[in-house]
Amino acid sequence: MTTVHERADTFHDNDQKPVGYGRMLRKEDPRFLRGRGRYVDDVQLPGMLHLAILRAPVAHARIVSIDTSAAEASPGVRAVVTGAMLAQQGLAWMPTLSNDVQAVLATDKVRFQGQEVAFVVAEDRYAARDALELIDVEYDVLDPVIDARRALEPDAPLIRDDLDGKANNHCFDWETGDEAATEAVFARADVVVSQDLVYPRVHPAPMETCGAVADFDAVDGKLRLWSTTQAPHAHRTLYAIVAGIPEHKIQVISPDIGGGFGNKVPIYPGYVCAIVASIVTGKPVKWMEDRSENLISTGFARDYIMRGEIAATRDGRILGIRTNVLADHGAFNGTAAPVKYPAGFFGVFTGSYDIEAAYCRMTAVYTNKAPGGVAYACSFRITEAVYLVERIVDCLADELGMDPAELRLKNFIKPEQFPYTTRTGWVYDSGNYEPTMRLAMDMAGYAELRREQEEKRARGELMGIGIAFFTEAVGAGPRKNMDILGLGMADGCELRVHPTGKAVVRLSVQSQGQGHETTFAQIVAEEIGIPPADIEVLHGDTDNTPFGLGTYGSRSTPVSGAAAALVARKVRDKARIIASGMLEVSVADLEWEKGAFHVKGDPGTSVTIQDIAMRAHGAGDLPEGIEGGLEAQICYNPSNLTYPHGAYICVVDIDPGTAQVKVRRFIAVDDCGTRINPMIIEGQVHGGLTDGVGMALMEMIAFDEDGNCLGASLMDYLIPTSLEVPDWETGFTVTPSPHHPIGAKGVGESATVGSPPAIVNAVVDALKPFGVRHADMPLTPSRVWDAMRGQARPPV
Amino acid sequence: MQVPAPFEYERATSVDHAIGLLERLGSTARLIAGGHSLLPMMKLRLANFDYLIDINDLHAELGYIETGPDEVRIGALTRHRELLESAQLAAAFPIFADAERVIADPVVRNRGTLGGSLCQADPSEDLSAVCTTLDARCVIRGPGGAERVVSMEEFHVGPYETAVADGEMLVEVRLPVRPGCGSAYEKVERRAGDWAVVSAGAAVWLDGGAIVDARVGLAAVGPNTTGIPEISAALRGREPSESLFEQAGAIAAGSCDPATDQRGSADYKRHLAAELTRRTLRRAVERARS
Repeated sequence: MTTVHERADTFHDNDQKPVGYGRMLRKEDPRFLRGRGRYVDDVQLPGMLHLAILRAPVAHARIVSIDTSAAEASPGVRAVVTGAMLAQQGLAWMPTLSNDVQAVLATDKVRFQGQEVAFVVAEDRYAARDALELIDVEYDVLDPVIDARRALEPDAPLIRDDLDGKANNHCFDWETGDEAATEAVFARADVVVSQDLVYPRVHPAPMETCGAVADFDAVDGKLRLWSTTQAPHAHRTLYAIVAGIPEHKIQVISPDIGGGFGNKVPIYPGYVCAIVASIVTGKPVKWMEDRSENLISTGFARDYIMRGEIAATRDGRILGIRTNVLADHGAFNGTAAPVKYPAGFFGVFTGSYDIEAAYCRMTAVYTNKAPGGVAYACSFRITEAVYLVERIVDCLADELGMDPAELRLKNFIKPEQFPYTTRTGWVYDSGNYEPTMRLAMDMAGYAELRREQEEKRARGELMGIGIAFFTEAVGAGPRKNMDILGLGMADGCELRVHPTGKAVVRLSVQSQGQGHETTFAQIVAEEIGIPPADIEVLHGDTDNTPFGLGTYGSRSTPVSGAAAALVARKVRDKARIIASGMLEVSVADLEWEKGAFHVKGDPGTSVTIQDIAMRAHGAGDLPEGIEGGLEAQICYNPSNLTYPHGAYICVVDIDPGTAQVKVRRFIAVDDCGTRINPMIIEGQVHGGLTDGVGMALMEMIAFDEDGNCLGASLMDYLIPTSLEVPDWETGFTVTPSPHHPIGAKGVGESATVGSPPAIVNAVVDALKPFGVRHADMPLTPSRVWDAMRGQARPPV
Repeated sequence: MQVPAPFEYERATSVDHAIGLLERLGSTARLIAGGHSLLPMMKLRLANFDYLIDINDLHAELGYIETGPDEVRIGALTRHRELLESAQLAAAFPIFADAERVIADPVVRNRGTLGGSLCQADPSEDLSAVCTTLDARCVIRGPGGAERVVSMEEFHVGPYETAVADGEMLVEVRLPVRPGCGSAYEKVERRAGDWAVVSAGAAVWLDGGAIVDARVGLAAVGPNTTGIPEISAALRGREPSESLFEQAGAIAAGSCDPATDQRGSADYKRHLAAELTRRTLRRAVERARS
């Protein structure tokens, strides 16, 4: 048994400061490390039944008949429910987060392999699962649409015949920027480079799959729902609207969540089925999907087929960027993004560069694949945007014969240009790109790496150096233009200080592993001077937390973090008035420092926040007009998004004989503004970089031509392990957000956004001797070998 | 959590007990050792058996590595980890440690067994390629203790099919020992722990400067792991050289029959068959000389 006498120096920051920001071990970790986390599947209620879902075995078929009699007679089975039965209650269809509808259980047709067709409720999980085998469904199999490029062909099978008047598989068109101005810039440019790129369909694959326990009490009419949700409040409102249960009679509880990555933003049919099952049986009902169900039916990510074009002068001044996108949205448009942003925040595809014109035209289509589209830590499609721009900038560097770092440095938006309005209308709040880039290059030893590469090339060895520089847009968002199904994207926060000076802060956002219980305690601590250890952070239970839209798109710190700082300031303002009474001086004569007010010029005459808390709840008089207690609540509406940035450099070696890629080094310099807990930030960056290695090198949800999902288990859908990643080298610069109360920006998705292009750029750079300018992800050995032979192909 | 269909379960107390149960229950029963292939298939309901006979208690009887002057005998219940860590096996056939280092992960290696690997008869399975390379003999025991010994070619009847009949079990693998041997294994995988895109094992036996015998075994390039007699014929009696390895690689590429799948294209796999044949022969010769 080892006894730890002293923690590493890096964890002392917080002890030295008494309060606030700095490295600090996560408050939530003891329970996770001891196996005492409590997840949805840990919920056990008396009399609880178990639900299993029968899913479509084919991608596209008309349902001819369903016979449930054998399943109903199976031992332990309490109910078998089909789409036809739900239709009688008006519950067979539900709205998606993108104003489309999605079948809860299929009534007419199945539209993707894995779609929900019927469910069984039984006394245990095994009985429910076994009974699924006994449901006899007759299908009339139809031709599927699998390749998005085929979806709009005149003879393509029609997928959404449920929609009135729908005659094709068109989902939506979207454009941004100025087409004519962009055309003019391209017409006069010295150099125009065009490149087709595919960002394949990938899956977030959180360790915990999705699930719910629904407990409807028929006497008081209250529904308690434990569910794997990143947005408990938004889900509650939507259940009220869809199921007609009054909102005050719905309690959504999101307990410990084993990873989200956007996979747990949508409302899935399984949640609704569990609710229906509890109402029908009068018992609590648990539904937990298995790994295959999670991979084949829940929110995927990406699936963008893009053409990127970039125009520049011969000396490397970027003039314009243009792109055309074909977006595969699957069978139902289940994208989780602000309503006015059907392509998410893809509009930031102009990247970190000061250019003259930009234009994007996008067409989205339905295919016979699972719905979803915004997930896997993508910041609402910024992954796709950054991949596009960082790949075509490298293509341009190749065309011009310029160093890709030099080309980027030459075209960065300059610090004095912020706030900077991009050619597609985004207002970047702050940024100072060159120092971030220079730091990454220094850490990498960039010039030395290039020399090494030259030597290795001469010997026939394949080494590549890839750069990506990204600007993220996170913290959705201002309620004037951002909402999800009419719900504004503002977030509440409530802070109570107890009589003994301990506090509880209640958040509207919900952690899926981001460390909220620590970070938010530190934010409040910094403002109010109570140590983080004395601040309890509550989240995830709609009956016990204020309304807000939840955790995704790296929005917790930009939105709820601001709310937490402001609510603490509100409490501090009240504390100041109480302190003025206690010290018998005017408010203006008080000075605040580290948890205490003292009289200006007399630091010895002071009261601590703990003294004030006791007075606020005590028996003595309070200043005129001041109520007892020390608490406050606010709702924070961000005035803008925050725009973190970062410079990533990746070094790869490729075995010329087997075409295997080894990521040798990865340098990540992130600027997320004010840093609250650097350890947590680094952890988030490490995770995102690992995701990036997965996407760049191995991950893809593939389908065969019949629409069978080929990635239905973790044997087939590969995610990276520690053996595929190097020791991450992280660094940081700090450019605070001017509009955020503490200057913080989000960071949760930065690494997922920035790392794939760095890795792909490195692989392509390594393959330069073979004349390779582009190769699509995933860069498996086989696909790299194809590229080496001049046969790089889009993935299928 | 993925759950299998209902089955009955019994722990065997001896090899004879296990064989007795197999004989009585026929094709509805399956032995379970490490379970790392069988259980996922059952959970995915790709395999459904009425009875599982657990042989994990038989390690005393079936878990051993015995090195003799003419033969190495390995019990069917010997775990991957034991194969990886055995110094005597590494001395005789370093190909085992090469392969074990790239088989799955430590959790799987703690449980998975040699016999289970061979009986799964997955065309991508590493130890099958190793045993093919080393010209292993498989000892199959049946009712009444009757034993028969078959070659790897005979043992693997087809993908996921072996010569082990109902009422029989694989109890031992025998590897012939000849002087001047060097062996090596190499695998290309998309990610650590994945099945092979292609893997190759090579063994050479040298006498003086010349190759007395050579064998190459490939995995994931056809319906079963493949031994390539043409390579043996081409190498026998020759001095090892790069051009000879090139020739062997070309034979490997030409004689295998890979399919395009998520792990790679058939062309790439054929290329790897050549590349890995060259690499493993090169290393096997180095080891034979040292």
